[in-house]
Amino acid sequence: MSEDIRACFHVSRGDFRLDVDLTLPGRGVSALFGPSGSGKTTCLRAMAGFDRAPDSLFTIGAEIWQNEAKGIFVPTHQRALGYVFQEASLFPHLSVRRNLEFGQKRMAVAERRFELDAVADLLSIATLLERMPEGLSGGERQRVAIARALLAAPRLLLMDEPLSGLDIRRKQEFLPYLERLHNELSIPVIYVSHAPDEVARLADHLVLLDNGRAVASGPLGETLARIDLPPAFADDAEVVLATTLSRHEADNLSQLEFEGGCIRIGRRPEALGSRLRCRIQASDVSLALDQPRTSSILNILPATISAISPNDMPGYVLVQLRVGAIPLLARITERSCRELRIAIGQPVWAQIKAVALLA
Amino acid sequence: MDNADLGAVWLTFKLAAVVTALLLLIGTPIAWWLARTRSRLKGVIGAVVALPLVLPPTVLGFYLLVAMGPQGPVGQLTGALGLGVLPFTFPGLVIASVFYSLPFMVQPVQNAFEAIGERPLEVAATLRASPWDRFWTVAVPLARPGFLSGAMLSFAHTVGEFGVVLMIGGNIPDRTRVVSVQIYDHVEALEYAQAHWLAGGMLVFSFLVMLALYSFNPLGRRANQ
Repeated sequence: MSEDIRACFHVSRGDFRLDVDLTLPGRGVSALFGPSGSGKTTCLRAMAGFDRAPDSLFTIGAEIWQNEAKGIFVPTHQRALGYVFQEASLFPHLSVRRNLEFGQKRMAVAERRFELDAVADLLSIATLLERMPEGLSGGERQRVAIARALLAAPRLLLMDEPLSGLDIRRKQEFLPYLERLHNELSIPVIYVSHAPDEVARLADHLVLLDNGRAVASGPLGETLARIDLPPAFADDAEVVLATTLSRHEADNLSQLEFEGGCIRIGRRPEALGSRLRCRIQASDVSLALDQPRTSSILNILPATISAISPNDMPGYVLVQLRVGAIPLLARITERSCRELRIAIGQPVWAQIKAVALLA
Repeated sequence: MDNADLGAVWLTFKLAAVVTALLLLIGTPIAWWLARTRSRLKGVIGAVVALPLVLPPTVLGFYLLVAMGPQGPVGQLTGALGLGVLPFTFPGLVIASVFYSLPFMVQPVQNAFEAIGERPLEVAATLRASPWDRFWTVAVPLARPGFLSGAMLSFAHTVGEFGVVLMIGGNIPDRTRVVSVQIYDHVEALEYAQAHWLAGGMLVFSFLVMLALYSFNPLGRRANQ
């Protein structure tokens, strides 16, 4: 609890207002997600201290970086943060190695947390150290930028759409590095994105921003499964399950375990125990009152209805159900909802037609 | 070339070197401020700095002469400090030349600072660099082409000045008689052969400076980084 990040910003710029009061976990990846113009980058810049807004508060654990009520504002260069911009923004006059050392050599030796060589290995840039930024590809530059930020031993890593400048192939190459950071380092990350697939793959905590306000903030699974969100977010209703590859079965199937139960998918090449995320779209989930025993659908889980939203697409309702504690979404027709007399608290069987693995 | 000519060449070189060095010191903070400020004074200060580009040197020289003369405010100050009056001395010439060449230093450096943008400085801030540190380790190295252009232009422009020198420096051998004035004297005395040596030398020198500026100027190469 004491490691939580509290971000309370009131920024006014022309017609645009950012009014957020967020409490974010002190570990894992928190994604700020929303359409362009929703205030994601404004929020991130305020966290970095680039822009100073009145009446704002920003603390990380016991450290206060901004508390205007007490007149406290720590300038950016005294905050232990790393910032990765959309464009890598490497210093063009310095070699890769000297870019990496830039932040590191401005810190006391005791403060340093990572070795340059170890970070270079983690991000596969060890062979680029003596090159100049000019000669690097977009993906290489962005990896150097992340390594540079890490070597400044941040308490907090801020990332502003670090993948948006990369084409799809580079993005696919790059995502595993971000996942590795996520799995191997304990630095909390605040990640700005407008790409749902990045968020689904990387985030643990999700903040939905719309027009300068936080319309939702909570653990990824819970937040995605909310059915009271504005239409902009409800369009492609889906949930993300964090699972562990627990068993390979006959018939070329693999079993994924999650807190609420387990699902089966086509055989995976990963080692047993690997953590995998998968996405289940609301339109791929149907409901049955009795356990279907003669269905071709493999994944049929007992669940309980926890919420129903009638204001979905015309003719449809969005139903939230719980498998154990884990929420799922199902999009069914209004008629089915009425004829099956779906009601909150009712036990049902969720039939999951498709599971998409995020890897 | 006789001794008087060589003396004029040496004096001109010394003047241009001192003025360029001073302009690096004075022009850099002005350029930095102009490049970064959102103050409404930006337009006014920018216009004042650019004035010597359009003002006849005699006008600038006249006002400086009045200001630095025994009755002028600057003259009274320097008098009170025991420095005497500045017109018709080498230091007076230096001060006048600094004003006269100011835009040639400030504008290229200001453009170079503006071309850097906020981003590299923000990056440096997130990497623990203080404002002073950022200025020296990021802004100055990235603006190097601007400093190079500014220094070359200021040097060459000071070498080439004539009107301001006549107004403020007069024509005292080895103290204020620079090459351009020496050429004028030779022509007045109908010593065309000697005028040719100096004039030709100036032509070659100026051409070489401009050639260097236009061939090696890396300003464009760094763009879009």
